[in-house]
Formats: sequence, structure tokens, C-alpha cells
Amino acid sequence: MCKIPESKEHINQNHIFTNELLPTGTDFYLTDRFSSALQRFESTLVIAEHNNGVLSPITQNALAAATKIGGDVTVLVAGTKCGPASEAVSKAPGVAKVIVAESEAFNGLTPESITPLVLATQKQLNFSHILAGASAFGKALLPRIAAKLDVSPASDVIAIKSPDTFIRQIYAGNAIQTVKVKDNIKILSVRGTAFKPVALEGGSAKIEAAPAGDYKSAQVEFIKQELTKSDRPDLASAKVVVSGGRGLKSGDNFKLLYALADKLNAAVGASRAAVDAGYVPNDLQVGQTGKIVAPDLYIAVGISGAIQHLAGMKDSKTIVAINKDPDAPIHQVADYGLVADLFKAVPELTEKL
Amino acid sequence: MARVLVGVKRVIDYAVKIRVKPDKTGVVTDGVKHSMNPFDEIAIEEAVRMKEKKYAQEVIAVSCGPAQSQETIRTALAMGADRGIHVEVSGPEYEALQPIHVSKILAKLAQDEKADIVIVGKQAIDDDCNQTAQMVAGVLDWPAGTFCSKIEASQGELTITREVDGGLEVIKVKTPAVLSADLRLNEPRYATLPNIMKAKKKQIKKVTPKDLGIDTSPRIEVVSVEEPPTRKAGSIVPDVDTLIAKLKEGGHVK
Repeated sequence: MCKIPESKEHINQNHIFTNELLPTGTDFYLTDRFSSALQRFESTLVIAEHNNGVLSPITQNALAAATKIGGDVTVLVAGTKCGPASEAVSKAPGVAKVIVAESEAFNGLTPESITPLVLATQKQLNFSHILAGASAFGKALLPRIAAKLDVSPASDVIAIKSPDTFIRQIYAGNAIQTVKVKDNIKILSVRGTAFKPVALEGGSAKIEAAPAGDYKSAQVEFIKQELTKSDRPDLASAKVVVSGGRGLKSGDNFKLLYALADKLNAAVGASRAAVDAGYVPNDLQVGQTGKIVAPDLYIAVGISGAIQHLAGMKDSKTIVAINKDPDAPIHQVADYGLVADLFKAVPELTEKL
Repeated sequence: MARVLVGVKRVIDYAVKIRVKPDKTGVVTDGVKHSMNPFDEIAIEEAVRMKEKKYAQEVIAVSCGPAQSQETIRTALAMGADRGIHVEVSGPEYEALQPIHVSKILAKLAQDEKADIVIVGKQAIDDDCNQTAQMVAGVLDWPAGTFCSKIEASQGELTITREVDGGLEVIKVKTPAVLSADLRLNEPRYATLPNIMKAKKKQIKKVTPKDLGIDTSPRIEVVSVEEPPTRKAGSIVPDVDTLIAKLKEGGHVK
């Protein structure tokens, strides 16, 4: 520890210094004190994800990560219709303030329109951390904000060690990296399955309007969304997931999995092979480049267990593999492996449950 | 016609089972098979198709990294890129190179080369960051079409289908723009032997971040790299009944 010269003792530690306050030649001292002052006043902005009606569950996971950082938590809700999401999130304990930006400018929640809003909010309130869930929305938005603020973001964080030290996975989950972010503003996307969601009850945050501005982007126009309709639980947050791979042989045969999933109230996922073969839509893909899931029970049917698929599911509590190949790599991570023809085993399992 | 800049990264081959270094500073890369990041192959393929459709006039492949990155650029040239730029970064500087640095390099090159479109893969399979395209767009103040599964190019505008969580989304962006390729965008071609031979004659310009005026000082310190926790060995069950019994035991089914 360097000893602080006596002549500077009178300076209030909580004060944000400007250069005029200090004699010249004290750069080191300034930086040192400035960063420690920041660490005492963590304040986090969580960018809420919602579909102009319902708050996305991953926002609750991101709030849990924000709570771990400590300090004040503010939530930003931007969209064309923000009422339901902002009211829901205002009830989360630990949220101090909800900032709402409702405008047609945010149609489609494009990063090009939300980034200037976040920058304006940041300018006004000086957050130490900016967070969102590591979903398609968060992944598209946060790095753009980081570039504008000239800071290096941390993606898909699975644990918060301290306000500047985070844990994430690299190489498709085959190595765990601990990183210390040196920039003054920390921008993180948060892996939903790694943080227990914060309940939306018990809190009573005040709701305020976001800084006004013209945020509409002329660069991008949102045309439409084509979402896969399903009555089943959401893949990323389901307690049970039943996934199929190339072994299913056709899209039609996925019916076997839907029947099993219905019995278990499970979501249905797929390997890349099943998606590429056109058996199911892309958004069901589980893996390094698809969705990361960590349900209580994951049943892999006709999936060999390539590195890229394991990346998306190996944090599941219990893994069951149904595969006729006893040497398939999936059996090495499975708690229970059944070496059998799926076309016999799956209907039998469905019937007996 | 458009000029397209494509970022390609040399990474450990996707099929290699990586090993963490005993001193926990990173993963073993020496003597390990490397190849072009799979998403970048898709990016190059898309750029070459734009050229074949006479939308693009020139495709420039850029890679930041040590001398071996030139092999990755050669692969891109063999797939149909016209010329390459190798931004030489090696040793400790390369170890600390991150999307923030690469995006500034690509942004500067996009301006210098008067590119209309920058395409990169949606993520590199080593650092799994998924940041570079978004950050290039941020630095340049260009729109971004991320996670593209379809790109329709017309004069001054691109119609893009994006892979989002619940399905697909369609947006229109004005050029100049930055795009990131998702798996479903296309099926990359194999480089044929004649094209590999031809690629040897194509030009690769060598520059350094310093030449471009980009500061690559580390913004993130890697404290450690460790093995993930290993799962406890499981068991093979003989039949469906045993499986159900085990699931009941674990409280997964009633």
C-alpha cells in the first residue's frame, strides 16, 4: 500500500475528484483513489427484456446477478408498450428504480435505437455496471453499447466473484475463465441458467421516465417476427427438457418426443444435426451456438453428444441418454444411460410414466 | 457495386478436445490443429456469393493474429476472396487481444478500404464472445444485422432474416452495414485444389495495429483458466423400468 501524503488527508474520500482539486503530478494517486471511490458506490443498470407485454424471465436472472454486485439496482424498460413489464419488475426486491422509455422509436427493440437511450441514461446516472441477460436481445445490444463507451464487455457471465471479477466459459464450456475487467464501466451479459431468478414480489421501486430524446434510428427498420408457437414450457427455463438428434430420422418421428414431453411437462430441444436436417426449427437448438439450458432433468434421445451439444446442456442436474450406440460420447456425461432403440424405448417410457 | 470486408479468425479446430495448461494461464495451443473459425467460413461464403451475384465487386479477407493467421487468410482466398490483409499481432499482445481491439482494427480497415459491408461470424468458438460485429457497428455508427440466416442485398439496403430466441426476425438495414453470420446462413464451399493454387498468387498485405493507430493494451486481465468440474460417472441401466425407478428415486417423476 502506498502511503497517502498528509497534505491530502482533508480531501473527502467520497468526493469525485477533478484535476483542479489536486496539485500536479498526482496522477497515480488520483486514479487509485478514483477507482476505489467507484468500488464503494456500485450502481447497476439492468436492461429489461420483454415483448411489449410480458417481462422475459431472463431479466429476473440478470437481476440476481446485479444483486450479487451490490449497490443500487436500476432497471431500464424500453419499448413501444412498457406498462406491464415495468410494473412487474418494480415489484422485484432490491430494485431501487425503474426507468421507462415508451416510444415507437423502439419498435423491434433494435440496438440502433436502444443504444443512444442507454448512453443518455448512463450520462445522467453514471452506472458502474450495465447488465442484461445473454439472450439474442442482450447479445446483440450490449457490445454495441460497450463500443460506444469504449469499454470491453464480458459475455455470458456465469458467476460474479467481485464487482470487477467475473467467471465465464470458453471453448464450448471446456474451460472456465476468470476475468478482471479493468475498464471503469463494466458491461456484462449474464447466463440465465447460472443465476437463480429474483422473485417479482415484495419490492416497490419507483417508476420514472427515461431521459427524453429522439432515439429513432434511420439506419434500421424492423419488419416482422416469425415466432415458433408452442404450448410447451420455454426451452431456456424449463425444469425438464427432452431433446432429439439425428437418431430420430425424420421430423415426423419427433412426435414421439412431444408425447414424452407432454407427460413430463417438458420443453423440447434438438441437436444441430436434427435442426440442419430440418426435423425442427432452429430456435430449438441446444448447444454452444444455440440455447444453453440447465434443467433438473435432460433427456437426450438419439443424440451422440458432440462437444458443441454438450456445451449447451452439461450443467443439467440429471442427464438421461437413450442411444443404441454404447460408445456414444453422450453416455459419458449421462447419469443414466439406456442403450436401446429409441423407437421402442421412448414409446415404452411414455406409456409407463 | 459493394466492397465487402470479411473478418476471419484462426482458432483451435472445432473437433479438438482442448486441454487446460497446468499453470492455469490458458489452454494448450502449441502443436494443436487450428483452422478457420466455422462461423467465419460462413461469412466468407456469403461474401463470395455476393460477388457471384454481381452485388459485390471485391471481397477482402482480414485476420488479426500471429504469422500462422496467413494460412487462414489463404483459405479465405481459396474460397474466393480477392485479397487479404494480415494484421500482425503476436506473443503477449495476441494473448490479450480482444473483440474491442479487433473491432477497432476492422472499423479502421473498413474506412481505409472504403468497404460498404463488413461480415464476420457471429462468434469465435474459442473465446465464445459474440461481440465483434456489434462492436464494429458501434465504432463505425453503422447498423448491425446480427445472427443472420438470410441476407437479401439490393441497392443501398439489405433485408436480413435474423435468428432470435423465439424464432426468426426480419429487418432492413441501410448500407454501409455490419453483419454477423449464423450457422444457417449458408453451406460453405470446399476450396478446390486449383483454387488453393490460385490463392497462393493473391496478395496479402501486412500491417500492424500500430500502423492503423489502434491501441491494443489489455482491457481485461485473465486471472485464471481452469478445467470445468467433471460430472460424476453415471451408470448404464438395463431397461426402461429401471430408468423409471431411478428417476423416481431422484424425485424427477412421481
